[in-house]
Amino acid sequence: MAELSAEKTREPFIRIARRTGIHWYQSWGVRVVAVFLALVVNALFIHGVTGLNPVEVYRIMWTGTFESKYNFLTTLRDMSILYCVALALTPAFRMRFWNIGGEGQVLMGALASALLMIYGDQLPNGLLLPLMILCSAAFGAVWAFIPAWFKAKWNTNETLFTLMMNYVAINIVNALTNIWRGAKSSLGTLNTQTKAGWWPKFLGYRFMPFLLIVAALAILIKIYIHRSKHGYELSVLGDSPNTARYAGINVKKVILRTMILSGALCGLAGFGIVSGVDMTISSGTARGYGFTAIIVAWLAHLEPEYMALISFLLIFLDKGAAQITSAYSVLNDYASQVITAIILFFILGSEFFVNYRLVFRRRYPGMPAPASAAASAGVQTTDADRKEGARS
Amino acid sequence: MTTLIAWINRAVWFGTVIMFGSTGEIITERSGNLNLGVPGIMFLGGFAGFAGAYYYENGTSDPSAALIILIAMLCGMAAAALGGLIYSFLTITLRANQNVTGLALTIFGAGIANFFGVQVLNGGTSVKASTSHAVFATPIPVLSGLGAIGQIFFSYGFMVYLAVIIALVTNYFIYRTRKGLNLRAVGESPATADSVGINVTRYKYAATCIGAAITGLGGVYYVMDYGYGTWSTANSIEGLGWLAVALVIFATWKPVNIIWGAYVFGTFFWLYNYLPSLLGITLPNYLVQLTQMIPYVVTILVLIYISAKQKHESQGPAALGQSYFREDR
Repeated sequence: MAELSAEKTREPFIRIARRTGIHWYQSWGVRVVAVFLALVVNALFIHGVTGLNPVEVYRIMWTGTFESKYNFLTTLRDMSILYCVALALTPAFRMRFWNIGGEGQVLMGALASALLMIYGDQLPNGLLLPLMILCSAAFGAVWAFIPAWFKAKWNTNETLFTLMMNYVAINIVNALTNIWRGAKSSLGTLNTQTKAGWWPKFLGYRFMPFLLIVAALAILIKIYIHRSKHGYELSVLGDSPNTARYAGINVKKVILRTMILSGALCGLAGFGIVSGVDMTISSGTARGYGFTAIIVAWLAHLEPEYMALISFLLIFLDKGAAQITSAYSVLNDYASQVITAIILFFILGSEFFVNYRLVFRRRYPGMPAPASAAASAGVQTTDADRKEGARS
Repeated sequence: MTTLIAWINRAVWFGTVIMFGSTGEIITERSGNLNLGVPGIMFLGGFAGFAGAYYYENGTSDPSAALIILIAMLCGMAAAALGGLIYSFLTITLRANQNVTGLALTIFGAGIANFFGVQVLNGGTSVKASTSHAVFATPIPVLSGLGAIGQIFFSYGFMVYLAVIIALVTNYFIYRTRKGLNLRAVGESPATADSVGINVTRYKYAATCIGAAITGLGGVYYVMDYGYGTWSTANSIEGLGWLAVALVIFATWKPVNIIWGAYVFGTFFWLYNYLPSLLGITLPNYLVQLTQMIPYVVTILVLIYISAKQKHESQGPAALGQSYFREDR
């Protein structure tokens, strides 16, 4: 208390005020500036550590991705998986259920597909593939249902619960691949002879069908969260659980339903990886996308169209870094993590300037700084208030 | 008997890494910041500590033990605290989402450590700071020679004991000091704390940065002692970082529980290596992975138990994971 009274009551040099009514071009302007600043910081980092010309490094990243058809398509392929996971997390995040367990749910989905590829390789593909889709979705859904059930029943902390579930899934997959591979060092590609459980090629690529599925999924999720009763319930619950209860929304049911959906879609991503990209499984099958997708979904404000943009950006950075690594021996693969993280930091920080504005202390000619108690207590004051304070 | 002692030694080494990590994370979480950047911070601390010791060791003809310890610990703590500062600035000042910022920090820490790590490796797969490892792993003289007792209790490097001391001091600080009380208030209800004149921002910044520095010591210990003073491209710091987050829950946010909890986790983690030979049986390989899962499963069970019991004091800080906006109250 003594501390408080001893403190001089004067207006702080910078105050923070919430913005109301920001134009879309202002908010996007802020974000573009943030990415630009991040690129400048990254350029300084690259130049400072390696002495390379950062513009040249960026150019190689760009041309490496966009001037090679193969690189561009692999970028699209990996983006579609990351995008699928981000879409899967969206309904859960809209009700502020922190599903950090995407990684584990993807892995469990992948595990279901791999199980069927190994034990069901006698089935015709026309039967096997639908079965794989169903089982992958079911495995992912179960993995999400467990924490959701406890959240609904006892309000168990879902962030930590889902986080732990990832490592349980990783160890289960490790144990099973250990059994399957026997004495070999890794499992290797499954069913290379029969191609059972391999997604058929479309437009010349095996991942193409999955890409189209994800594109359709994006539209469905967009409709689901904005144009359906379920989506409305999610938003209300996310804003205020008490309001939701008062409005007669069955909170427990919504939590369970949404997490089953979220987990099932994560499981679908696992299926996409196993049957369309890797044709095998390991504990690294989910590629950390379960975590990256959290960042994608959040930075995109849970809007599917922005998620496409951000997941493309992140995969582009990742692939681009591989390009510069092969071009310059002084850079290594991990540069992509550093570059990505710095860009993420800047975008995360930029949201502040979208939502708030800084108000600097003003000098009134011939008058000492106004001693407004309200201002020093941080209560938002309008200019009129302040003038009144100065007059008295 | 020798197997049992070896198992205990392993468990203590392993437990010490996550004990630092969890103690730091408890201080951070007590201020209401759920920092999921623990693995990244341990990477930063571990690498900076190693790099400092490695370059000092190779730069002088006669490296002194005291300076090695000082340089490694200061570098590790400074780098980790910087990681904590990035997290603090983004979540406290710029009010970014804590979960997302933490995950980004994990990417950043792992990226920075491995990026510069490859530069240190200079084409090889691992580099060793032998003298520094010897300094960090020196057991307590005389006492460590006391047969089995000496082996079990006194055969470790100084950081094992430092971890216990820091955990005890943290426990005292949180529950027995005025500042600790204020810190808990900030984590439970920042608006209430603010209204009685506690500087919420300052507490959150300090707790997160100091917590990160302690977490970073876990990284230093991992590389310098647990990892035999070796830096290599394939290391498991990340997995240990997440275990440290798990241990915070297992300990129900009480530092004193971290001490035994860390050793229990260590015992489970190394169970596959020692229990079969103790019992005179051989286990199939895949059970290794299943036993490594135990700490996570136990943590989940603890999480369920404390939520089912509705015991307020073991549920963690009430405002955990929420940013504090003064004008929103």
